[in-house]
Amino acid sequence: MRDGHAVAEPRALIVPAWGYYGAFLLVPLGFIVVYAFARTTGFFEVTFGLSGANFQRLWDPIYLKVYRATFSMALAGTLGCLAIGYPFAYWLGSRSHRRKTLLLLLIVVPFWTSILIRTYAWALLLAGDGPLSSLLQRLHLIGSELALLNTSKAVWIGLVYDYLPLMLFPLYVSIERMDRSLVEAARDLGLGKWRTFSRVTLPLTLPGVLTGGLLTFVPMTGEYVVPSILGGGKSALFGPIVGSQFLNAIDYPFGAAMALSLVAVLLVMIVVYVRVLGRRAEANLGAAL
Amino acid sequence: MSAIGATDAAARPDVPRRSDTLTDRILATWGALVYVFLYAPIVIVVLYAFNESRDVQVWDHLGLSYWSQTWRDPTIRSALVLSLWTAAANAVIATILGTAAALGLRNVGRRTRLGFDAFMYTALIVPEIVIAIASLLFFTTVGLPLGPIAIVLTHAVFNTSVVALICRTRLAGMDRTLEEAGADLGAARGERFRRVTLPLLSPAVLAGGLLAFTFSFDDVVLSTFVSAPGSTTLPLRVFSELRFGLSPKANVVATSMLGVTLTAILVAQHLLRRAERRAASTGVAGG
Repeated sequence: MRDGHAVAEPRALIVPAWGYYGAFLLVPLGFIVVYAFARTTGFFEVTFGLSGANFQRLWDPIYLKVYRATFSMALAGTLGCLAIGYPFAYWLGSRSHRRKTLLLLLIVVPFWTSILIRTYAWALLLAGDGPLSSLLQRLHLIGSELALLNTSKAVWIGLVYDYLPLMLFPLYVSIERMDRSLVEAARDLGLGKWRTFSRVTLPLTLPGVLTGGLLTFVPMTGEYVVPSILGGGKSALFGPIVGSQFLNAIDYPFGAAMALSLVAVLLVMIVVYVRVLGRRAEANLGAAL
Repeated sequence: MSAIGATDAAARPDVPRRSDTLTDRILATWGALVYVFLYAPIVIVVLYAFNESRDVQVWDHLGLSYWSQTWRDPTIRSALVLSLWTAAANAVIATILGTAAALGLRNVGRRTRLGFDAFMYTALIVPEIVIAIASLLFFTTVGLPLGPIAIVLTHAVFNTSVVALICRTRLAGMDRTLEEAGADLGAARGERFRRVTLPLLSPAVLAGGLLAFTFSFDDVVLSTFVSAPGSTTLPLRVFSELRFGLSPKANVVATSMLGVTLTAILVAQHLLRRAERRAASTGVAGG
């Protein structure tokens, strides 16, 4: 009676969710693979097979440019989040416990609200005759109207804003868990402030940096809403381009090949991440999600 | 601390540090600025929804005229109705599947658990656009119709993981001695579940369900790909309107959506925090 199993619910309870994932996650993802090797042979006509033509097309300079633009944008966005997030997480880590709960809640709330609304907010804010522009003009910081909307800078701002909380959590967790006495010791032994940071603090919190980087970089590469709203349709980033293969060009096989190639790149990144962090990877991801 | 799970309660006594007042002050200012950065845009949207001006982005004066205009629009009202019921249906599916899975997972071996985790985390981490495309291919190829049902079914994948994750966090933090006591006192499995496990777990179930609702209610990407003409949800409506520029109606809809989401989130947070506090106090009482 007292062994743990007596209390637990039947294992069969996981079957419905398992089946659901199988039907609506695994099988659909399988369809991406199947379509990626198929060929478009006419309007709305697809011939299945083992064609590599779609993947060859990905090497076209036009699409290579899309990948380059996407990955550099995601990298810039991730670095932006890190630059804002690290000092912030460091500060938050040293607050008193009572305050922390509220301060953390205040980060969760925007993260849980719609990415559409948060992105929309920047479209309003950055508009040429919008509030930020008129404020900056009144302060004589800019001479003419703000011309940021529909540029890649606006996309970058939107990405940093939307994904900042995803960077903050893992950073905060690793800074919070860090043994601060090691930092003390380094300072007591006469190490300067910056060297303490680069030799002690940063290596100790590296798992948080890597986890935050992964959690922001991955969704940024596939981001659809932000470039669509803030990039003004002109932005040649992966999300809108692959989306248009399905919504406008109706070239399902090529779109599927694009999606598959992105998943492949991200998978490599995740494998590297898990290899680098080893057992700590699961703990870090779990804590952050 | 976690983004989806409950607020972390691990107290860590603050160790006195060599305080560098200038650095501290800079960090504190930075902290405050980050909060301004996070909230100012949201506040601006809300403010501008009450703007009485012909030009959306130019501030004139406070008023409500666009609210009545927006909500008198039958297409916006039907979009709201569609969004509400699809989000609710998705939440029901996700809550049932996620809660059941979290309970069942307590009694499976390591391999099975890892197998389940693979699914659970895949649903959470694969970029949404990829899942959206996969679902579109799946529905059209298999011959299932796109539209409201497809929206419900695709949304529930991600949200099942959300509910499962929250319930698992809660179950892991739960005091199993209470359940064991129930067993020792001779409660049958069904009764024990109803009278011990479920009451302890229910805040997490409710919070998970609320989050599943809001994530679906707010979703654009999945809905863009699996909706059909005529099944325009509220976010889709805002999204398509934005392609033609900003509009006062979009401001009002956005603010209303924020209201719905924030209410659900705050209720969910409250439920989780209260459950945590209770768990902490029963832990002490139970020794």
